Amino acid sequence: MLILLFLSSGLFLGWSLGANDASNIFGTAVGTRMVKFYTAALVASVFVVLGAVISGAGTTHTLGKLGAVNMIAGAFMVALAAAVTVFWMTKLSLPVSTSQAIVGAIVGWNFFAGKTTDMGALTKIASTWVISPILAAGFSFVFFLLFKKILEVWKIHIFRLDAYTRIGLIVVGAFGAYSLGANNIGNVMGVFVSVAPFENLNLLGFTFSGVEQLFLLGGLAIAVGIFTYSKRVMLTVGEGVVKLTPQSALVVVLSQSIVLFLFASKGLEAWLLSHGLPTIPLVPVSSSQVVIGSVLGIGLAHGGRGIQYKVLGRIASGWVTTPVIAAVLSFISLFFLQNVFDQQVVKPETLLGIHETVNIEINTQVY
Amino acid sequence: MIFSKTKSLESKMDAFLDKISESGIVYRRGIKNYMKNEKEDFDLHLEQIIALEHEADELRRNIETRLYTQTLVPESRGDILALMETSDDVIGRAKDTLVELSIEKPDVPDEFKSGFIELARSTSRALEEMVLAMRAFMRDPINVRNYLHKVYHWEKESDRLAENLKRSIFASEDLRLSHKIHLRYFTLHVDTLADLAEDVADRLAIYTIKRSI
Repeated sequence: MLILLFLSSGLFLGWSLGANDASNIFGTAVGTRMVKFYTAALVASVFVVLGAVISGAGTTHTLGKLGAVNMIAGAFMVALAAAVTVFWMTKLSLPVSTSQAIVGAIVGWNFFAGKTTDMGALTKIASTWVISPILAAGFSFVFFLLFKKILEVWKIHIFRLDAYTRIGLIVVGAFGAYSLGANNIGNVMGVFVSVAPFENLNLLGFTFSGVEQLFLLGGLAIAVGIFTYSKRVMLTVGEGVVKLTPQSALVVVLSQSIVLFLFASKGLEAWLLSHGLPTIPLVPVSSSQVVIGSVLGIGLAHGGRGIQYKVLGRIASGWVTTPVIAAVLSFISLFFLQNVFDQQVVKPETLLGIHETVNIEINTQVY
Repeated sequence: MIFSKTKSLESKMDAFLDKISESGIVYRRGIKNYMKNEKEDFDLHLEQIIALEHEADELRRNIETRLYTQTLVPESRGDILALMETSDDVIGRAKDTLVELSIEKPDVPDEFKSGFIELARSTSRALEEMVLAMRAFMRDPINVRNYLHKVYHWEKESDRLAENLKRSIFASEDLRLSHKIHLRYFTLHVDTLADLAEDVADRLAIYTIKRSI
């Protein structure tokens, strides 16, 4: 039970991811009534869990390189700091991303534990935040023009196009949900990987590792978020913020799914390595910002009319503010958890907490 | 399963457009028969246009019901519905004109007969181009414009012909005023068909912009 209590902050992050980010994949489809909510929720839930369990290890490994949280209480507080940052910034209508919040929170733990943050890993992660929306814009720009050309050449009847688009939205949505699970499970459960006490299970000849069990739990939390809260977000996305035709929505979801997949696929990484090609870093990226990039790509294909460049500025500001706020919150809350609630948040044999270091320095001066 | 339903709906929409197109031909020939005193042929075309209007109504209701009960084309179904209703008005007006001719049997002096035939030909051309524009809207929206400008052309031409006809009718010294007004009424009746085709074309112009991805 105590384990579940400690995992609760990660599960809450998962729930909020499901509630918010599933709308990036199925929002327009549900909002425009092309796909029923329950169909979308079922497909998204199944594939998000599959993506998390099968392909979630890549991005988690990168987050682990940034900072290996080594006590479950510390992991709890890191995830909680990220969750509170996301919740608070969302309340204030500030651009926020779970990926950026968790990275900030981990860096906060590094500071608290006195560990050096791997600047190489941090730079790699931060650069993907910038690259991912740009890449998504490039994909959607190309796909949009390609789709337009195909429609011009094939002259598909409006009723048949409707049927194809519905199927496309479900199939591509499934791929998107899989990619979302694979890419973002690291945000939800990554900090718990080295500290969660799950044993390997053997089921029908298959080994179900502890990490996979953890990811399954995180995936289920995302699925609960999708079923319980994403409907209203999907309807807002579909009807309000950005008005897309179902065909444009298909382009947006496809571009987003590919970007999330590129930044999560170990298989692709292995394939690129085997062919001597440069690999794509496996990093959790913000699906919301990737979607904005995709919509921007369509705006550019339309000749750049109606693009609100202010939105881009707001995203860029989020790249800095979100991790900084999460890092500060993580640091302060870790301090409280350790000193007020008497919980061990850093393994003593690895490194001492900063306050202990300070005490030693003071003692040295006295003697 | 999903494609068989779609295919059947496509066929019904094609059939609906066929009925409108056919009604334009029947209407034109009906007017010509009346002007040339070919009573049997006129009655035949009158029967045909009544049947066509009835069949088009049935198809329209069927398509509309399926669009809404099966939640098909949610983005464009309102537009498709409006298009079908307006184009159904066109076929209704064509039928009404032939029915009115059969009831009121206006006495058209020989010097105006060719004017009525010419006017009916022009209005039915507007209707034919309207149907082609609607077919393009369903499959090939980029080409809708190619037909719309022809609808507008034939509508203007019909207005011109109708005005000339009315001027010659009212310039005639041999007719009583009541006779002139009766003929003007039928001129308006025949010309209105092109105005209705223009209304459909106006809607199509907007809906085509909305349909682009």
